[in-house]
Amino acid sequence: MGIGSADYFSERQEELRSVRRRRRMRTFLIYAVLIILSIIALLPVMWMVSISLTPLNKVFQYPPRLIPDPLSLTGYHEAVTLFPFFRYFLNTSFMTAARVIGTVFSASLVAYGFARYDGPLKEVLFVFILTPIFLPEQVTLIPLFVGYTRLGWIDTYNPLVLPAFFGGSAVYIFLLRQFFMTIPTDLDDAARIDGASEFAIYWRIILPLAKPALATVAIFTFMASWNDFLGPLIYLTSKENLPLSVGLSRFLGESGTTLWNSLMAAAILTVLPPILLFVFAQKYIMQGIAITGGGAKG
Amino acid sequence: MRSREAMYLYLFIAPGLLGMILFHLAPMVASLGLSFTEYEITSPPEFVGFENYHRMLFVDELVGKSLSVTAIYAVVGVPIRLFLQLFLAILLNRKIAGIRLFRAILYFPSVVAGVAIALGWILLLNPTYGAVNHILWELFGIIGPRWLNSTQWVIPGLLLMSLWGIGPGIVINLAGLQGISPELYEAAEIDGASGVRKFLHITLPMMSPILMFNLVMGIVSNFQIFTQAYVMTGGGPANSSLFFVLYLYRNAFEFFKMGYASALAWLLFAIILILTLAVFRSSPLWVYYEAKRERN
Repeated sequence: MGIGSADYFSERQEELRSVRRRRRMRTFLIYAVLIILSIIALLPVMWMVSISLTPLNKVFQYPPRLIPDPLSLTGYHEAVTLFPFFRYFLNTSFMTAARVIGTVFSASLVAYGFARYDGPLKEVLFVFILTPIFLPEQVTLIPLFVGYTRLGWIDTYNPLVLPAFFGGSAVYIFLLRQFFMTIPTDLDDAARIDGASEFAIYWRIILPLAKPALATVAIFTFMASWNDFLGPLIYLTSKENLPLSVGLSRFLGESGTTLWNSLMAAAILTVLPPILLFVFAQKYIMQGIAITGGGAKG
Repeated sequence: MRSREAMYLYLFIAPGLLGMILFHLAPMVASLGLSFTEYEITSPPEFVGFENYHRMLFVDELVGKSLSVTAIYAVVGVPIRLFLQLFLAILLNRKIAGIRLFRAILYFPSVVAGVAIALGWILLLNPTYGAVNHILWELFGIIGPRWLNSTQWVIPGLLLMSLWGIGPGIVINLAGLQGISPELYEAAEIDGASGVRKFLHITLPMMSPILMFNLVMGIVSNFQIFTQAYVMTGGGPANSSLFFVLYLYRNAFEFFKMGYASALAWLLFAIILILTLAVFRSSPLWVYYEAKRERN
């Protein structure tokens, strides 16, 4: 059977068709797996939303159902009345805003110093400042608590906010320094000739050029601070000072695990800001994780 | 000019230097000192030598208990999560329509972290009315366990929940996969290598530095688990989910044994340090660095 024969061509065509069929089958399988995994990924939150919209007497029903019948907003009503949601929301927002501002400002200041200037002991100091990345925070927890108690700072936001103004998390200093080093120094020199001060170079030239990196730091600090639990649990005592995280855990204790629809409504309202941030700033989050290896504690 | 430059260096890094000393170095030193004292905040610390360490290592049974709870959780959970992260990253590393949406969806559970989602999982794992047991019954005809109410199933329940938090690990793996040169795969295909062989001989070795990074981070974060245990189980039932940091927290902030809790914190630090060093030391045996190969 020669190469030019009709049999050869039909065989080749048959082969190509089967390759294409197999490839289509593979793509179909991949989509099927991805869709199943997506449902699994979203199920917990969908379940929580469902319970938050269920009237209390139907929360514990068998079989459980994903779409509540009837729909009820009692949970949300109670989440903002029985549970001081707005008060806690303001507390968490204040703590988060202060930490974001403090970290972005001070971490970039330190990072700029390391990226642009030279001096004795620079390398040693750089390593020194980065070591907290590898220290478990539990080791410093007790002395810090003792110190803050002596200063009379318990039940204030000082212990939760002040460290952010002293460099924040070391990972961010590292991330920002890496970014600043990619900005050419020509612009600094030009500004210097025009008589700009060193601080003006940092403030007017470097920071505007580093917006993507600063956004990444701000987003990670936001996420970590919004979810912070151990810090507020230890340093805050009076009820009106609590952030959402500790408030929710107290609400669970007080409601005696009964008001599940209100509890879920409060939980959903709590995670709404991080979800919105994720939806709008997804690009920065994904890039930031790839660079820092998962972000860091706030 | 040089001395002026050095001045600017110190001026700009001063906040970071001060922060490191005030919030890390000084507390570390103080913590070590406190670990040799008996200190209940109300009265001044009293030096007791190695008594805290002696009690911790030879007398207090809950130390061993909490360490074994934490270790079992890590030994089972870390490898499962490492595998799942790599698997999902490979699945998501394709140029097909809608892949960015799937990446976002699979990352999404990691966005809703913390207490709020822990509360949701208390319900999800409810033995009678929870979604998990309902799905087990409907899809597989399995009568689900009592999860958080059972001494045997509380750790598996928390492990199950932790699988929803692997988003960052997936993204790191994805970045690693995209860094592997496609030429390697093309060359292998010309040689007629199968998918499995390509995975074993290209993907795995090229990804091994990232797997090592995730292994270290996984161990470190596992030993620091606190929020889930505090909120969902309170360490129970019968101490079966008494994670080490929860036990440390109780000693410090519920029993106000600051000296003893400091000793526990140093034990935690030592364990994390030893495990991290062990991983780094063993890495030449199983981690492949391309730069090294090029030099040889």
